[in-house]
Amino acid sequence: MDITVPNPGLPLTSSDMVVEDRQRHLFRVARRAFTDEEVLEQERRQIFDRCWLYLGHGSEIRNNCDFVTRAVGGRELIFNRDRGGAVHAFLNTCPHRGAMVVREKKGNALSFRCFYHGWSFNVNGRFASRFEEGNYGKEHYGGGCADLAHVPRLESYRDFWFVNFDRNAVSLSDYLADAKEYIDLVADQGEAEMEIVGSGQQYIINANWKLLAENSIDAFHGFPVHSTYFDYLQNIGSLRSDGFNAKGMTSLGNGHAVIEYASPWGRPIARWVPSWGEEKRDLVERIRQGLIQRFGEERGLRIAETSRNMVIFPNLVINDIMAITVRTFFPDAANRMTVSAWALGARDEDHELRKLRLFNFLEFLGPGGFATPDDQEALENCQRGYRNQREVGWNDISKGMPRQGPPKNDDEEQMRCFWRQWRQRMAGAA
Amino acid sequence: MNADVNLSQGLAKDDPGLRAKVEDFLYLEADLLDEWRIEEWFALFAEGATYEIPPTGEDDADPATSLFYIADDYVRLRERVVRLTKKEAHSEFPRSRQRHMISNVRITAMVAGVAEVTCNFITYRAKRGVVDTYYGKHHYRIDCTASPWKIKSKRSVLGMDMLYPGKLTIII
Repeated sequence: MDITVPNPGLPLTSSDMVVEDRQRHLFRVARRAFTDEEVLEQERRQIFDRCWLYLGHGSEIRNNCDFVTRAVGGRELIFNRDRGGAVHAFLNTCPHRGAMVVREKKGNALSFRCFYHGWSFNVNGRFASRFEEGNYGKEHYGGGCADLAHVPRLESYRDFWFVNFDRNAVSLSDYLADAKEYIDLVADQGEAEMEIVGSGQQYIINANWKLLAENSIDAFHGFPVHSTYFDYLQNIGSLRSDGFNAKGMTSLGNGHAVIEYASPWGRPIARWVPSWGEEKRDLVERIRQGLIQRFGEERGLRIAETSRNMVIFPNLVINDIMAITVRTFFPDAANRMTVSAWALGARDEDHELRKLRLFNFLEFLGPGGFATPDDQEALENCQRGYRNQREVGWNDISKGMPRQGPPKNDDEEQMRCFWRQWRQRMAGAA
Repeated sequence: MNADVNLSQGLAKDDPGLRAKVEDFLYLEADLLDEWRIEEWFALFAEGATYEIPPTGEDDADPATSLFYIADDYVRLRERVVRLTKKEAHSEFPRSRQRHMISNVRITAMVAGVAEVTCNFITYRAKRGVVDTYYGKHHYRIDCTASPWKIKSKRSVLGMDMLYPGKLTIII
């Protein structure tokens, strides 16, 4: 093979694992980046300990004293609202001897109590036990040493809450860079606000986490992998080929990228398809007109009609397609990830449209749907194929490199954005 | 499961022999799934039937307000079956091997010839050296006045606390 890349048999550093040759239009990623536990350990230190990671949506803890527990970046966290309405992210471990203080997935509580020895805490994290005198001194009462520990950084944008374990990280706003514009396109859909609908879906994929980051913004695989989904849309009369002229692929900075395109499917906000029936046509049209009224013709139609797949580096996907999924995933091992996915909708959404939103979600995006399982099959097949890496050591992500002008959605420039950032982060340079 | 139909008329849930007939019906269903006779399996469903798998931990959820794994009306169920017959349903190509186990069959009600039945299930799915295990409780409404009997609804409540196999590509 006539390509100047290091011999995969030799030890590679992570910066050698991404090779870009613009002259020859070649972009290669070493398959070892998907399989090596040492690479994963380095990712934990350089990426998951230092990037902004999605924690949850404000609507999940709408009321004071609401809480959810969640694994983020290898930690166990509590995401909650205190009695005064302030939002917190605590490390879910008792400062006493380490037990997880909150064991329920979600709830509403005036205080948290560790079941192991009974240390208790206000929902603002302050130590609240009142042991008899002589047990504990000033450091415990008011000194802070017995309080729940806050995650070093917690910031939000449009009610999407993120944590960072690096106290010195740039602000969330700077980190999100141009991705904010695309979060706005989602957050602006509800006249009131947006909310997570029901509970999320959690599932395991036996593949490296970066395979799902790539897959979530990969338009190239759409027809080969999902022909049965498009057959289904066709069969029930849900396929539309007309559409608003979309913007294409955009690099959003810091490794984030988005593809934007005319929707072949219906969108509850706001693109009607015949299978929904005439009675919903007016309803969807009213929402469409409302968006145009609020944001003008161009932005209104863009929100209503187009679909967007976005990855915010390293592991947040916001895909605003036939439904909106907010999806994040963390590695359990180099060859295994846990995925959490939620549906997002407008809070005051009409009952019938909400139903369509949920059905659109489970038909395509859900693990029992007509599309996502086939993505999982592709990812797990890649992971398995990497067993051949001593002989076939490199992935090719070159599609579209010779193209003059802006990249196309089904090029692979969006993945190249991800990998350039990955290389930079792994070198400790970002 | 054919000539026995007429017996169902006026049957009460505690009638001797009814459980055996219900079990036979469920074993037939399981066998059709085990053998990938998926179109024949679909034929067990009455027109307008539903097939649902609610989110884990929300056994009584409503698909209009909660995000289900599967919430098929008759059309989507038919399309699910059509999809599974295609080679392009990649997650089931080559096809997995399956075994559907059923136990703890209870007839909880019999109203106007429609039996409400619950049973525990374990379904094994094997592919490429990986065995996925699904378990939980099926809730059926079976129209025993139809000839042959027809399933009016099937709701499979997962007993797991999350979807460990990662996907639901077969009928469990």
